[in-house]
Parts: sequence; structure tokens; C-alpha cells
Amino acid sequence: MSALSLRNIEKSFGGNAILKGVSLDAEPGEFIALVGPSGCGKSTLLRILAGLETADSGTITVGDQDLTKLQAAARNVAMVFQSYALYPHLTAAQNIAVPLVMRRLTRAQRLPLLGPLMPGQRQAIADIKRDVRDMAVSLKIDHLLDRKPGQMSGGQRQRVALGRAMVRRPAVFLMDEPLSNLDANLRVHARGEIVEMHRRAGVPTVYVTHDQAEALSMADRVAVMIGGSLLQLAAPAVIYDDPQHVEVAKFVGQPRINLISQQVAADGTVGLGEARCGLSRIDVAVGSEVTLGIRPEFVSVSREGRGLPALVERVEFLGSEIIVYSRLEQSGDTMIAKLTPAEGAGLSTGKRIHLAAAPERLFVFAEDGRRLRSTSLIDSDVRELAYG
Amino acid sequence: MTSNGFTPARVARLAVLSFGALVFLAPYIFMISTAGKAQSDIFTSSLSLIPQQWFFFENFAKAWSRVSMTTLLFNGVLVCLLILVFQVVVAIPCAYAMAKLKFRAARAMMVLVMLGLLVPIHATALPLYVAFDRVGALNSYVALVAPFTISVFGIFLFLQFFRSMPDDLIHAARLDGMSEIGIIARVIVPNAWPAITAFAIFSVVAHWNDLYWPLIVVSNQAYATPPLGLLYFRAAEAGDDYGALMAATLIITFPLVAAFLLAQKRFVEGITMTGLKG
Ligand SMILES: Nc1ncnc2c1ncn2[C@@H]1O[C@H](COP(=O)(O)OP(=O)(O)OP(=O)(O)O)[C@@H](O)[C@H]1O
Ligand SMILES: [Mg+2]
Repeated sequence: MSALSLRNIEKSFGGNAILKGVSLDAEPGEFIALVGPSGCGKSTLLRILAGLETADSGTITVGDQDLTKLQAAARNVAMVFQSYALYPHLTAAQNIAVPLVMRRLTRAQRLPLLGPLMPGQRQAIADIKRDVRDMAVSLKIDHLLDRKPGQMSGGQRQRVALGRAMVRRPAVFLMDEPLSNLDANLRVHARGEIVEMHRRAGVPTVYVTHDQAEALSMADRVAVMIGGSLLQLAAPAVIYDDPQHVEVAKFVGQPRINLISQQVAADGTVGLGEARCGLSRIDVAVGSEVTLGIRPEFVSVSREGRGLPALVERVEFLGSEIIVYSRLEQSGDTMIAKLTPAEGAGLSTGKRIHLAAAPERLFVFAEDGRRLRSTSLIDSDVRELAYG
Repeated sequence: MTSNGFTPARVARLAVLSFGALVFLAPYIFMISTAGKAQSDIFTSSLSLIPQQWFFFENFAKAWSRVSMTTLLFNGVLVCLLILVFQVVVAIPCAYAMAKLKFRAARAMMVLVMLGLLVPIHATALPLYVAFDRVGALNSYVALVAPFTISVFGIFLFLQFFRSMPDDLIHAARLDGMSEIGIIARVIVPNAWPAITAFAIFSVVAHWNDLYWPLIVVSNQAYATPPLGLLYFRAAEAGDDYGALMAATLIITFPLVAAFLLAQKRFVEGITMTGLKG
């Protein structure tokens, strides 16, 4: 049994299908990153999970409890918003205390003047104060407890928001791009903290981001959502090395994967120069259009010799690596290659080079974007070239 | 705008503004002056601002003793306060629902609010009068307060303000376990003070100064609001004793003037806020 399970969630806004049957299962304590381009429905899915929006169809279960029909307040789901959504009129301590006050005190105990007269109220308040302080200490924000959100920096607000979400020990933890308002340095630092905090809480977490580096580095599994469908849900390495859909391959990886359209040759193969793969005739007919994909780090460049001739269009020096953009002379496709500084030394715009690809690294996608099974046909010469 | 120097443009601007202020203040200044004059002094042919004899005390004493000023002021405060409280209690939840909740009638309600903004009290005065007469509620605080408890202007003003509040804040509140009423009490109201203040100023000024409606439903002095009381004072007591009349007027306008001077900054804020958003 999974800790969190979404089944066939569908949602449309005014006739536009935004979520098209999303299913997702999370193990207890699993960290799932939900990535996808802007507008693909990530936030909508999170809001449905939290109960802030109702799905048109589908079910949500947490543990063995069906949440589908429950109100947001009744679900034990916490969320960190992109804007943090802290209460501007309350101090950090009061912000963190709100979910506890709402849950632990009775309606009568919360009354402004009569509350303190109710039995047990003092003890409950003291417990809340202690829990808030403990949470603040563990997030290293105990010195900020008396400040209002307007008097805090973005990073501090983000921690307060994190504290407010975690303090009540939710059954599911949702985060909607919590780091996107931080500067680059702080973001990398906060990544580590969130992972650490998640490990301690041990609660299934869905983390929305459109930063793929964040997703790949933080998550146990990455869910790639494009156009309202989950195209793949797998471990980061699998998402990167074994994408099941052309859109997944396109979305993940920096610089972008090289994609080349081709027709399947008469012998049932496709390929780049001498790096070829064989396709099963069951999957695809000879002559039909497919897309070949190869990641830039598996494209090798040589000055002369074999390989596909190409003209260098642009060279980007990034310190530890060099990105070479070139245009294939035959087909006119742009190819991106990622080289070490040694390999890329001396390359400049206008130079003629030869490209080769590692055949076992070729992905083949059908016209509808599905990944096709392929077997790499390794030519020893090509291999030499590729790894030479 | 930050320069403190008196450039010619600045001097000209200040001169125009001062002249305008003087024009608007003139009647009030003249009122103060008249309140300090004896009857004979008022009807001299020459026009002077400074009274020849200081008659302030006599005039105020007359104004205070001839009509029950305390009743008038008390009625004014009570009626304005009741109206304001009811208006806010009705308008805030209504505006919140229209701004942040999704329900089918939202659009129809918006149209109704717009229509309500277009209908003046004068159009509904007669039917309301007949209705209050039938239930025997004329000459009561109910008649003075009830027609104004729902302020479409208030709903409209709060609606504009709430629309600019982030949805995420309300989502967070729901996740934290608040009911919709809880959200209004704990999140919306504490963050809506600028709008509430602005609205309070408009409401109190309008109803403190209102003569039209009290004149229709009140004929018993015990329920008279300040402007109505002035009217009685003029007709019944003062005759042509303008000194006392002006003194009474001064007493009645004083609370608003004092409130304005104290809350000048808020007042201006409120007006600019509604000017920008309304
Ligand atoms: N309340 C709504 N009414 C109508 N359309 C909506 C509503 N909420 C979202 N949408 C639409 O649903 C689509 C998905 O929105 P969503 O906010 O889920 O995107 P997202 O994946 O979170 O994007 P981003 O990365 O930019 O945050 C968008 O096209 C948006 O216009
Ligand atoms: Mg979003």
C-alpha cells in the first residue's frame, strides 16, 4: 500500500482540459519532484491534492483514508507556497503557531477574551509555544520569531513558511516552487536543507519545480508532467538516461538533447553516421518517420576523419566544459556537443568538424513521442571514434 | 517633489492652493465669527470678521440650553456607529464571498451591486417611508439605521480591496484549518484596516451630515440627529438669532472637524485608495 495515491485525476477549466488523467503513487517518506514547463498544470494538481480545488474525476488516498471528498481543512496536508503566503499581520512565531492553534484549541478556547477562561487553554497554549520554539530552533530562525514577514528577507520568509507547514506533522507535504524567489546561492543551500528536513519528517512529499537541476538533485523520484499528463515517473538517473517520451528527454538535460528526425531505413535501422540502431519491425514500419535523440555529452567531435561533417556555429565556454553548437552539412540540423576544455580547445565559429555519436546512447522516439525499443549496432570503428 | 526650495513654480502652486483653501474655508470662518457676535453686531451694514463685543459665551450657552445638544450629539454618534457597524458586518463577508469564493450567483450579485450603486436613496425613500409607517417604526432608531445597513458602496470598495489580496494567503489559511468565517476574522479583517478606515470615514461623514432621511422618518425631537436638530432649533427656538444658530452649528460640526484633523493622514490615504481602485 502506498502512502499517497492519486488515481486518474482529471480537471478542466472552462472546457480546457488541464489535467488529463494523472495517476501517481508515493511510498512512505518518499520525495517526489514534479517538473514540467510553465502552465502544464503542476500547481493545479497540488491544489487538488490539498483540497483547495476539486477534481472533475479521480480519487486521492493517503494511507487508507480516502481524501477525495474532504475539505482542505480536514485533510492533514501541508503546503508551502511559491509566495510563502505568510500572514502579513502576524509575527513569525504567530504564523508558525496558526495551524496548531486551529487544530489543538477548541472553538471556545480560541475566543479572544473568554478563551483564557476555558479549562486546559493555558496548558495547550504553553505546548504550542514550546513546539513553535522547537521548530524555529531546528530551522535556525529562533532569533526571528518576533518579526513580521515584512521585516524578513526572502530566505527567512521561506523558512518561516516551511516551519508553519511542518509544525503540525502533516500526513503529506506539498511544496510549490518554494525556492524560486531566492537568489541562486541561497537556492542551492536551501535545497540541502529541504532534503534534510524531509528526511527527518519522513512524510511523503510532492515538490513542484520547473528547475530540473533542483528536481534531479533532490528527489527520490521525478515525475515529468507535460500538457496535463504524467509522461514518466522514475528515479532521476532513469529519467535522464532512459526517457520514455521525447518530451521528457527534451525537458530534462542542460544543454538540451539533440533531436533529429529521420526515416527508418530499409534494413530497419536509423542512426547518425555510423552509429546506428536497429528497430523492431513490430514497433515501426520501414520508411516511417522517427526522432533520434542523443545527449550533448555523447556527441564527440574530431577535426578530421570519419563522422558527419558539420560547421561550428557557436562555442560557449563554461569553465569546466565547452558547449559547441554546429550545423550538420547534410541535413542542416543543429547539433550540440558538450566537451571538456581539452577536447574543445581551438574550436571556433566557422570551423569544419566531424561529429560522431555513441550508438548505445541513441534514443529513438516514434512519431507520437513514445520511446521505441532499439538495439545499438556497434561498429568498432565508430566506437573508437566516439571514445577516441 | 523633494526639493524644499521655493522655486517660482512652487510658489505659484502654493498660492493657487492657498487661495482655493481660503475660498472653501471662508464660510466656516464666517460661521465662527458670527457665533461670537451679538444680534446687533450681525446686522450692521459693515462686514467685519472680528466681533465688536465677544458674545461667544452667551451664544454657546443659548445654543446649549435651548435645544438638548447632548441628545442631538448622542443620537448622531449612536446612529452613525450603528450604521457603520452593520454596514461593515454585512459588507465584508459579502465582498469576501464575491471576491474569493466561486459560486454560481457571483456574476448576478455583481450586477446587483452595480445597479445598487446607481440607485439613490431619494428613489427608494417613499416606499421605505410607507413601509416604516405600516410597521409603526417611524420615529425610532430602527428607522434611522435600517435602510443603510447594506451599503453597496461598501461592498464595492471592499470587493476591490479583497480582489488584490493574494489567493495563496486564503489557501494557506484553509490548509491551516480555518473555516471561511475564521478566514474573514483572522486573515481578511486584520489586513483590511486601510479599506475599513476609508470606508468608515465615508460612511460617518455621509450619515452625520445627512438631513434628508432623518427629516422624512423623524418628527420627534428625541430621535433627531444633529442636522435635523439644527433645523428645529432654527424654526422653533432661535427665530432669527443667528449668533446662537451659528454656535449650534459649530458644536455639531466640531466632532467631524476634530476627527478629520486627528485622522488627516488616514483620510487622505482612504480617499486616494478609493480613487485608485474604485
Ligand atoms: N482558476 C483557474 N481558472 C482557469 N484556468 C486556470 C485556473 N487555474 C489554472 N488555470 C490554467 O490551468 C493551466 C495550468 O495552471 P497551473 O497553475 O497548474 O500551471 P503550472 O504548471 O503550475 O505553471 P507554473 O510553472 O507557471 O506555475 C494554465 O493554463 C492556467 O491558465
Ligand atoms: Mg505553478
